[in-house]
Amino acid sequence: MTTTSVGAPKPTRHTADSEGPRRSVRRRSLGDLRVALIFVAPALLGFVLFYLVPTIRGIYLSFTDYSILGNPIWVGVKNYVKIFQDKLFWNAMGVTLEYVLLNIAFQTVIAVGLALLMYHVAKSTLIRGILLMPYLVANVIVALLWFWMLDYQIGIVNQVLQWMGMPRVAFFGNEFWAIPTVAFVNVWRHMGYTALLIFAGLQAIPGHLYEVANLDGASRWQTFWKITMPLLRPVLLLVMVVTITGSFQIFDTVAVTTQGGPINASRVIQYYIYERAFSQQDFGYGSALSVILFVILAVVAFLQMKFLRGNENDLD
Amino acid sequence: MKKALGAVAVAAAAALALSACSSGSGQASTTGDAKGEVSYWLWDANQLPAYQQCADDFHKANPNVTVKITQTGWNDYWTNLTNGFVAGNGPDVFTDHLSKYGDFVKNNQLLALDDAVKGDNIDLNQYNKGLADLWVGKDSKRYGLPKDWDTISLFYNKEMIAKAGLSADQMGSLAWNPQNGGSFEKAIAHLTVDKKGKRGDEPGFDKNNVAVYGLGLNGSGSASGQTEWSWLTSTTGWTHTDKNPWGSHYNYDDQKFQDTIAWFHGLIDKGYTPKLETTVGASMADTFAAGKAAINANGSWMIGQYFGYKGIDVGLAPTPTGPNGKRSSMYNGLADSINAATKNPAEATKWVEYLASPACQDVVASKAVVFPAISEAADKAAAAFKAKGVDVSSFTQQVKDGTTFLFPITENAAKVDGIMKPAMDAVYSGKSPASSLSDANSQVNSLFQ
Repeated sequence: MTTTSVGAPKPTRHTADSEGPRRSVRRRSLGDLRVALIFVAPALLGFVLFYLVPTIRGIYLSFTDYSILGNPIWVGVKNYVKIFQDKLFWNAMGVTLEYVLLNIAFQTVIAVGLALLMYHVAKSTLIRGILLMPYLVANVIVALLWFWMLDYQIGIVNQVLQWMGMPRVAFFGNEFWAIPTVAFVNVWRHMGYTALLIFAGLQAIPGHLYEVANLDGASRWQTFWKITMPLLRPVLLLVMVVTITGSFQIFDTVAVTTQGGPINASRVIQYYIYERAFSQQDFGYGSALSVILFVILAVVAFLQMKFLRGNENDLD
Repeated sequence: MKKALGAVAVAAAAALALSACSSGSGQASTTGDAKGEVSYWLWDANQLPAYQQCADDFHKANPNVTVKITQTGWNDYWTNLTNGFVAGNGPDVFTDHLSKYGDFVKNNQLLALDDAVKGDNIDLNQYNKGLADLWVGKDSKRYGLPKDWDTISLFYNKEMIAKAGLSADQMGSLAWNPQNGGSFEKAIAHLTVDKKGKRGDEPGFDKNNVAVYGLGLNGSGSASGQTEWSWLTSTTGWTHTDKNPWGSHYNYDDQKFQDTIAWFHGLIDKGYTPKLETTVGASMADTFAAGKAAINANGSWMIGQYFGYKGIDVGLAPTPTGPNGKRSSMYNGLADSINAATKNPAEATKWVEYLASPACQDVVASKAVVFPAISEAADKAAAAFKAKGVDVSSFTQQVKDGTTFLFPITENAAKVDGIMKPAMDAVYSGKSPASSLSDANSQVNSLFQ
């Protein structure tokens, strides 16, 4: 609450120094503040109710032993000590990291490719729209759809593999394939949306740069690496920050398909949190895991912004 | 992802708003005027019509009370119930499971039924032996009245059995042991057929290209192995826990148990049972219906599904006899419990008593979906199944012969499952030897210290 209300009157105070008698300005600024607060109120209410309060309560609960049905019992840092000795936690972190790397690598490369195609080749709105279709389908539906299509016994993909003389693959049931398969499903769903963001970035690159490059005799390959990619950096970075934070929180696809299995092969951190909290009624431990994930994501996002200079634009 | 986070936030906010709502565990009774609405939850859609009929009959007998039934699938049921308890909008009465009620009792979420049973003279001997005792908590109070029970049998594809030259009598007299699998393994091997038509016990059998498996796989069985292995392990004299109910020490480190699991993994290795990784997805019953397995071990609650498949002739046989010379089946019973936070305890109690009475259980029996807890009603259900062309004696036999054992009831059930699921998966998939279960066992037992 404090951040927004302090931030709002700042510009008016600045104008107060430069022009007009102080009194009337102060009155006006108070009036602005009131109006500003009214405009901000709905979002602020939602933020406090659904983000701030649960976050603070979550941090509190992470220091307790809490089964949701009883009352929380304060246990200090016991949950955190246990987590650092918990093999399943480290396994979950490893699995999540594997997923994030696969997901980001494939999604970004494919999305850049699609965006270039949308920019240079597929100019029809219909085709651009179709690319966005998977993203408009709910996560759980997409996951179930692929779960059935990739099923070992009765899935159409395995049927096709067999026709082509290849062995069937237990996509979701095999330890090696489980995470790549989950990553594939999410890349398939998100690539259209990511491509659209990058496509918008492409449109922001001034056309004369390409004309000049063309006159200088640069090849297409050179143009791409020397002009397109550097100028796409802010957009790519935004996409990366959003997708990396998002993919660390992979949950629904795992929940409706592998449920953490086989053995521990796809027990990603969010699913592990869900299991400890909601299946095993260990909300204190689950909260502590969530706090750790929160800290990791905050650090990752901070480093990305800092080292990749996300808020600067090379065009300026 | 956002949605999941939102759900967590909502749950947390709800928890915040109602942080101290656990009420003391009181006693239920039917005294006072009964009127109003009673909400009732169950998870099995197959049973909904039967219980709707019970609710309608109950309303006719008690015009002032209306029962509103809500059915949700098993996976959502328990989360919804827990959230309902916390948020104060849970059902008045709900179908309860043995693996769950221990934790509810511990947290004072259920109303004890002892006074009601005494006050309304409910005859606990009308239920099949042992069922009523299951619902007496660690504190010696009663938290449920029995509604039904289930056992395990072998479902088999009649056509495949006939082609293999096996008779129904042979299927009904199979014997098993953990060393070489006995006649049970011989039958499974013979029923397994590879893509070239070679049977599992013939030279040249290709275990990597199997068309029909002798025995289907329902998963690794987690902590209880109800349909997966418990019908074999129990014939070796092994028990899940030191005592039942309310044991505090599990026995997964026992040699007899590990030998049985090792034998099971051997079946997978020999190509007689599908690999664990291939069972993620389509259910065992569906793959049976697709003609990919000759035998499935499954519970009586699945009768409707197996016999409902078109174009497949299904037979039933009891589970094989084991080293102790007897058959064995887990005997699981459900009951109805009352939410301690109910605003209508008198009506809720009346409804639970009605559900546990011959009037309702006969209705359930007539629909031939499950076996009601009352012995006579169970006989009526068997007759109703027979009228549908299903001979269920392989399920009832074990109860009549006293070869059943009860579902293991302990505290920390969800945590035990959380440890045993990956541990059993690792053995079934061949990643770890059966002896690795000793390590999992010590993790499980440390929960009780």
